[in-house]
Amino acid sequence: MTESGRKKKKARVMAQTQIAPGIYDLRLRWEDAKLARPGQFVMVYPECAATLLPRPISICETDPEGAQLRLVYRVAGAGTKEFSALGPGEEVSILGPIGNGYDLTGLSGKEVLLLGGGIGIPPMLELAKTLEGKARSVTAVLGYRDDHLFLAADLEDYAQVLVATEDGSLGTKGNVLDAIRVNEVTADAVCACGPMPMLRAIKEYALGLDIPAYLSLEERMACGVGACLGCVTKTAKEDPHSHVNNARVCTEGPVFECREVLL
Amino acid sequence: MSDQRNLSVEIAGVQFKNPVMTASGTFGSGMEYSEFVDLSRLGAVVTKGVANVPWPGNATPRVAEVYGGMLNAIGLQNPGIDVFCERDLPFLKEYDTNVIVNVCGKSIQDYVEVVERLGEEKSVSMLEINVSCPNVKEGAIAFGQKASALEEITREVKRHAKQPVIMKLSPNVTDITEMARAAESAGADAISLINTITGMKIDVYRRRFVLANKTGGMSGPAIKPVAVRMVYQASHAVKIPVIGMGGILTGEDAAEFLLAGATAVAVGAANFFDPQASVQVLEGLESYLERTNVRDVRDLIGAVEE
Repeated sequence: MTESGRKKKKARVMAQTQIAPGIYDLRLRWEDAKLARPGQFVMVYPECAATLLPRPISICETDPEGAQLRLVYRVAGAGTKEFSALGPGEEVSILGPIGNGYDLTGLSGKEVLLLGGGIGIPPMLELAKTLEGKARSVTAVLGYRDDHLFLAADLEDYAQVLVATEDGSLGTKGNVLDAIRVNEVTADAVCACGPMPMLRAIKEYALGLDIPAYLSLEERMACGVGACLGCVTKTAKEDPHSHVNNARVCTEGPVFECREVLL
Repeated sequence: MSDQRNLSVEIAGVQFKNPVMTASGTFGSGMEYSEFVDLSRLGAVVTKGVANVPWPGNATPRVAEVYGGMLNAIGLQNPGIDVFCERDLPFLKEYDTNVIVNVCGKSIQDYVEVVERLGEEKSVSMLEINVSCPNVKEGAIAFGQKASALEEITREVKRHAKQPVIMKLSPNVTDITEMARAAESAGADAISLINTITGMKIDVYRRRFVLANKTGGMSGPAIKPVAVRMVYQASHAVKIPVIGMGGILTGEDAAEFLLAGATAVAVGAANFFDPQASVQVLEGLESYLERTNVRDVRDLIGAVEE
């Protein structure tokens, strides 16, 4: 048989629930949970032969002792729709953990602000958990479309949580930056994950305050191992792979300090 | 009896321990996949296209899924021949496999520059000339869609090449046999096909092209019947060996290309669907030979019954 270290492995579904419209909370038994760091992701492989590419999904939470992995994802197409039908006892193929994750050394002793927008919220949970006792303080500002919140209660165990909703049905009406302004939140480091317009605004915010901002980027991926060069992002300096200022989100990322990338 | 089974093939005087290679552009320079498969098990590693200078590639999104496959418009992002020779070749040298370097360029002079430079590299077994990438504006496919242009570049490359030359053909032509014959008549030592089929995907709700480049090259199991047909036609049109590729996922798929007339096969997009796909195809082919009681893989080449 094939001799190698890494490979895609079967993970057994322990439970799955829908926690908001279109948002699923999948709990898996996964032997590599102990290897994961906050901000990393896994590739999840659909079984259907029509949808062959793996889906990159950020790690929401891990339990290294229990070899457990929690993924919270939005159903966006055929692949994630297939995952949403998985029930207890069934298996799904996973490759990971993938990517660099958040640089925790730069966050210890800091007043850390976690910003999650929509389906960018899940990685903030593992990050908040890891920062507990390391950061001076942790505030999580979470942006939702409406009052169908998810993971806000989980985050309250590790962070002070503020909410923004686009329709104003809960918390501050508007986005995460509106909530920061209204609540006069201060910080000396930012970690964020969410849609590109939000990340661009956070970069401006961090540059204005002259504080570091670590952004987790999303890009269409194929291989997830750094070979296909599908998921690149423009960088300020030469990238280490192709030397053309195009870094691979799956390998050099997904987390970049905002000054490293041209968004 | 498996110890007596022959898997090796020969192409232009180069011995391959088995007929399973990787398809250019899907395997980097092998480094990324070396964590997943033992590269020494493969007949060859075919590298991603290398140009004379670094190429930044296209804007993102560069990849999209389609039914039974994918589209890509990477645009041949690559670090250029200097970094390739300093970093990637020394890495590949450590493995017991043939190294086939895929060469791309915007002008004949670009190709020749890379080919001449690689002539000094003993660890390079063969050159594969990319005249079929559909995702770059200049060069590449422009040389692969007109028989006269293909002949000219093949002749120039052959004049400067120290290693045997494979011309990688595009399926985006009216008559593949015309292109295969053009490559052969200009001195190509082998041909490989198919590169990706030009496609397009539109997001109907956003009314936008899914790829920033609008068009992309389609690969994956959905294109396999087209590839098998073209390999069959091309291998009947020329005497030089044909390397077949296009949607290979399993050992049976590899056998299908061999039966159609290919001397070797390459695993492409399947590497994205499973990082161990290349070796799995090899193991699947071994098991196919065993199950069908074939002692020599060469007995499969072109052996489809007419």
